[in-house]
Amino acid sequence: MTDRLKIARQFIEAIPHSRDLGMTLTDMEDGVAVITMPYDERLIGDPETGVISGGAVSAVMDTCCGAAVMSHPANMGGTATIDLRIDYMRAATPGQTITARAVCYHVTRSVAFVRATATDDDADNPVATATGAFTVEGK
Amino acid sequence: MKRPEPVQIVKQRRDVALRALVSGVPYIQYLGMKFDRRGDELTGVLPFDEKLIGNPLLPALHGGVTAAFLEVTAMITLSWSYLWEDIENGNLDFDPVEGMRLPRLPKTVDFSVDYLRSGLPRDAYARAHVNRSGRRYASVHVEGWQDKRTKLFAQATGHFVMPQRR
Repeated sequence: MTDRLKIARQFIEAIPHSRDLGMTLTDMEDGVAVITMPYDERLIGDPETGVISGGAVSAVMDTCCGAAVMSHPANMGGTATIDLRIDYMRAATPGQTITARAVCYHVTRSVAFVRATATDDDADNPVATATGAFTVEGK
Repeated sequence: MKRPEPVQIVKQRRDVALRALVSGVPYIQYLGMKFDRRGDELTGVLPFDEKLIGNPLLPALHGGVTAAFLEVTAMITLSWSYLWEDIENGNLDFDPVEGMRLPRLPKTVDFSVDYLRSGLPRDAYARAHVNRSGRRYASVHVEGWQDKRTKLFAQATGHFVMPQRR
């Protein structure tokens, strides 16, 4: 593991909410970040089926988008969400880990634009997608 | 004219319905969310907890927590408004001990959050407004605040697919 990834991983794992949900940063480089979140019964939004709540998917998407912004070479410091839109395509399969992959595809002096996809074991069939705008900290 | 029902009966029926809607969802319990009810008006309440922090340096609420809090408030308020007539008319199976068997919650299609300022490490409140609720789809707007009602920290709009009646 690179030092950069190790530091970034420690940073993500120091976020109380991300740590509480067991989020792990598995990849982060030049504006791309990948974060996994294991299935957890506390996250169930539909007790009849055991499907996790959309809110939990939002949490991993937001964390992953933020990590992508922070890994972009044009962004010097931290970041905050300006706006985030999530589209829910299907229910996540109960028992499966959610993997979010975010790409920071454009950065201006003040704003970073990000797209993200969340999948479960069926990686070709996204559970949700997100688009967002994030702040860029000054140089 | 029919005599109005005793106030305790009306309140109890509403509270049992609200409890049935909220307490069965593990994620709402995990966030520690509660709902205040005044007549048919609901306010989502998110008491502060350390595990909800997203930026330990500021500190600030996690953006995902803010999104989840607003989404749950929107979804419960939508469900509540859709069930209201049936609750009032006593059309739902009602048992003070067993509670109520309610229809499924609406499904989120999309949810768009506008982050206006960072969420402070204290309690948050949210109220949703159903823009339109049709037979199949609904549009809901929701506002979140902390200390001051007019000083929102986030707002959101979402679209939902309505559950089919069972």
